[in-house]
Amino acid sequence: MTTKDGRIAPPRNGETQELDRVTIRFAGDSGDGSQVAGLQFTNTAALIGNDISTVPDFPAEIRAPAGSLPGVSSFQVSFSSYDIHTPGDAPDVLVAMNPAALKTNLPDLPKGGTVIVNTDEFTDANLRKAAYQANPLEDGTLSGYRVIEVPITSMNARALKDSGLNTKQIDRSKNFFALGLMFWLYERPLEPTLRWIDQKFSKNPAVSTANADTLKAGYHFGETAELFPVHYRVPKADLAPGRYRSITGNEATALGFLAASRLTGRPLFYGSYPITPASDILQELARFKNFGVKTFQAEDEISAIGSAIGAAFGGCLGLTGTSGPGLALKSESLGLAVMVELPIVVAMIQRSGPSTGMPTKTEQADLLQAMFGRNGECPVAIVAPATPAECFDMAIEAFRIALRHMVPTIFLSDGYLGTSSEPWRLPSVADLPTMRVDFATDPKTFHPYSRDPETLARPWAIPGTPGLEHRIGGLEKADITGNVNYDAENHDRMVRFRAEKVARIANDIPDLKVIGEEEGSLLVLGWGSTYGPALSAVQRARTRGLSVSHAHLRYLNPFPANLGEVISRFDRILIPEMNLGQLLMLVRARYLVDAVGLNQVTGRPFKIAQIEQKVNELVRSKVTVG
Amino acid sequence: MTTETVTEPVPLARKDFVSDQEVRWCPGCGDYSILAQTQKLMPDLGIPREKIVFISGIGCSSRLPYYMNTYGFHSIHGRAPTIATGLKASRPDLQVWVITGDGDGLSIGGNHLLHILRRNVDVVIVLFNNRIYGLTKGQYSPTSEMGKRTKSSPMGTIDHPVNPLSVALGAEATFVARSLDIDVHHLLTTLDRAAHHKGTSFVEVYQNCNVFNDGAFMEFADKDVRPDRTITLEHGKPLVFGKDRNRGVRLNGTTPEVVDLGNDIAEGDLLVHDETREDPAVAYILSRMQYPQYPVPMGVFRAVQRPTYDDLMDQQIQDAISREGEGDLEALLNEGDTWTVE
Ligand SMILES: Cc1ncc(C[n+]2csc(CCOP(=O)(O)OP(=O)(O)O)c2C)c(N)n1
Ligand code: SF4
Ligand SMILES: [Mg+2]
Repeated sequence: MTTKDGRIAPPRNGETQELDRVTIRFAGDSGDGSQVAGLQFTNTAALIGNDISTVPDFPAEIRAPAGSLPGVSSFQVSFSSYDIHTPGDAPDVLVAMNPAALKTNLPDLPKGGTVIVNTDEFTDANLRKAAYQANPLEDGTLSGYRVIEVPITSMNARALKDSGLNTKQIDRSKNFFALGLMFWLYERPLEPTLRWIDQKFSKNPAVSTANADTLKAGYHFGETAELFPVHYRVPKADLAPGRYRSITGNEATALGFLAASRLTGRPLFYGSYPITPASDILQELARFKNFGVKTFQAEDEISAIGSAIGAAFGGCLGLTGTSGPGLALKSESLGLAVMVELPIVVAMIQRSGPSTGMPTKTEQADLLQAMFGRNGECPVAIVAPATPAECFDMAIEAFRIALRHMVPTIFLSDGYLGTSSEPWRLPSVADLPTMRVDFATDPKTFHPYSRDPETLARPWAIPGTPGLEHRIGGLEKADITGNVNYDAENHDRMVRFRAEKVARIANDIPDLKVIGEEEGSLLVLGWGSTYGPALSAVQRARTRGLSVSHAHLRYLNPFPANLGEVISRFDRILIPEMNLGQLLMLVRARYLVDAVGLNQVTGRPFKIAQIEQKVNELVRSKVTVG
Repeated sequence: MTTETVTEPVPLARKDFVSDQEVRWCPGCGDYSILAQTQKLMPDLGIPREKIVFISGIGCSSRLPYYMNTYGFHSIHGRAPTIATGLKASRPDLQVWVITGDGDGLSIGGNHLLHILRRNVDVVIVLFNNRIYGLTKGQYSPTSEMGKRTKSSPMGTIDHPVNPLSVALGAEATFVARSLDIDVHHLLTTLDRAAHHKGTSFVEVYQNCNVFNDGAFMEFADKDVRPDRTITLEHGKPLVFGKDRNRGVRLNGTTPEVVDLGNDIAEGDLLVHDETREDPAVAYILSRMQYPQYPVPMGVFRAVQRPTYDDLMDQQIQDAISREGEGDLEALLNEGDTWTVE
């Protein structure tokens, strides 16, 4: 917990102390409900006006043995009274529901941080499962931390002894006890969670009552036990006026694609094969049937993209979604979409690779796959959202580009963006961009491969249109007629058309904006989910008077038209990426600039401090202008 | 397969379905005949040209869409069923045909074939089986006979072949048939039946590749021997065959037996073909019959009704709309816990 000046707050008895940002991590066995507790805490913090940012961490195995190290699941929420961009470099408070959760998460907690431990679970058996030789509550492991021991399991059981539920059911409610305690500690109201419990468990009144009762018991325990001399308040953040909800990147992505369908008046067809971390999008879109959305769970990724191409051929918004291994399978079909110039969108939620890699961990190592992972000269458009809420806008943008330019477009997100959440200022439908779809209808002027003089897009002529019967396919096309053609000059021309068509999208997208001085010694240039830590790092460095600016790429192919010029105005360019330097390679090759990378492939997002440190190293001069 | 029938008859002729593209198959290839019968069938379907789409993979066979003056999509190797599924599911008003080969449909695209059949997407699939890779110039295919010597199997193949109809029946396809390129009348009627079936229609056509596998089916398909070495399946009729209609097939347990009709065996003892049987077991037994042990069955093996994938998908949308009302984006965006910052 930090006070305004960033120091650790010394507890003073019986008081409420004001903090400007707190980061809590709920950690427990995957059956312990840490995700639910974290989400409820987040929603409540958001509802009362804090800025929030969250990130979950799921175990790779679905049902790792209870109490084991691989079975630990956690949820980190940062809430604040100012504008924040990341879920926090490190937690201030760790809620550890068992020894395994303590063991896996303690290394992330800075000394001086608070640990709330569920002492009931520190049995010999559980300690063994967590590979503890001795009890960490007793052997000094926790010295230097502020430890608060709470027998959560037994207090929950006591609170629910008359609930009529069996022991196992009662035990499942203990996350609500812990949550109630946290609500007390941070002065949050119980009502939003009580409402949620009421809805969620409406079919099971006994469980509903139990969860509500233990939530209140946890809260009252905080009030009466003298474990906590102080409790804390994080005032409202100064967010832009408007109506908000908290949203994850994948939810926002699904809503964005749905909005694109509404805005164009064309039905959305989503073909996908389940894969972490993209499955959320399939599950979300499957709920929108009353919007006419058709979801197709295909037999594999090849079929998924094939179905999207078929839907696009028929005049619908053809969409497919996947992660790295799935994009690899889709590459031949994506090439087909490039050749037939149909406007499909591929939602690509990156995860750690290569191969199966670490499915639940994040990475940005598929940028070059998205750029080049196909046979032949095969350019596609690529857009990349920067924040969870922005996934909504960029999903719409992906379709806007695909439709206007008749080009397959990759929406390049990642697991961290997809699963983390932040407040989203709700747009009004009336304020969303206008989009239109024009189908060719006139047999007199129709040629399958004629081109719009401005965009080079070919006409979209859909089956059902009389007089426009034509054949498309993966073989090279003759310019204008679209007939199969092996002529040397024609192939050269068509390859260049397809490249130029993508290049011209640069005329149709916003220029890159620089935060900070427009020129200077250092520009931090990011893309995708590095936005939060990079921006925060630059802000911190600037507060300390360093000359450093920030720019963030939301368009990766083509790059914004002014990128080269922006780059040329800085002495040094730093590109932080969760890969070994993929944007770096593109930027160096394209602009012949000696940019440097900050690269990490740990499966985790950058910490602000990591980028800040690199900035410190690179900055040569202080800001001279005031 | 059925589609909205138009009220007024469409005065189209075969030539209306012939595209302006030059046909590029080897002279004498069985593909010509299949193309001709397909074009001949079209006007009789009474579906406007613009509502018909031919989708293919890659192979000699898969070039067919270029020659049809309808909408067409010559896609990539093995993937036509996936594109057809997306198109038909999103545009149920269209009549969709899939043209594939033994390599395209059963090797690289085998997975998709299995799944489109089990889902019962309302499309017609015509698989040109020439038991060879034609386009890539003569390697063995998944339907090549065991031991076959080809360019890629100089000592003979060691792969046991796959039987397309057995696979289709195993996937519980709702319409399964076989025909022959040179038996043009049978081919036309079989394609006509397939076009009118609602659900996935799977038609295997024995097709001669006169360049790389000439005469593959001649042993039983040659005009002179055909009546004795093939058997035409007709719904509700006993399995009788032979130039003199004096031989038949009966079932002994699950084993078919070829019998001579005569003193002690009458037509009543023979297996009576029932293409509408829900259980595909008998159709499967028939699909296993091969020359020379048996006459090769031709015709419709199975034709049963089951809801189509595209109809079910539409139905769910209709149900959702009647239950929840037409979707309202503004309301959806504002769903759940929201708060207002002044
Ligand atoms: C991904 C891919 N692999 C391989 C090929 C090469 N290829 C083209 S057609 C074909 C086999 C076609 O055989 P079949 O489906 O039996 O068609 P036929 O030519 O016999 O009609 C192959 C292997 C290809 N086009 N694409
Ligand atoms: S190679 Fe065989 S299948 Fe292909 S066109 Fe020639 S004869 Fe027909
Ligand atoms: Mg073949």
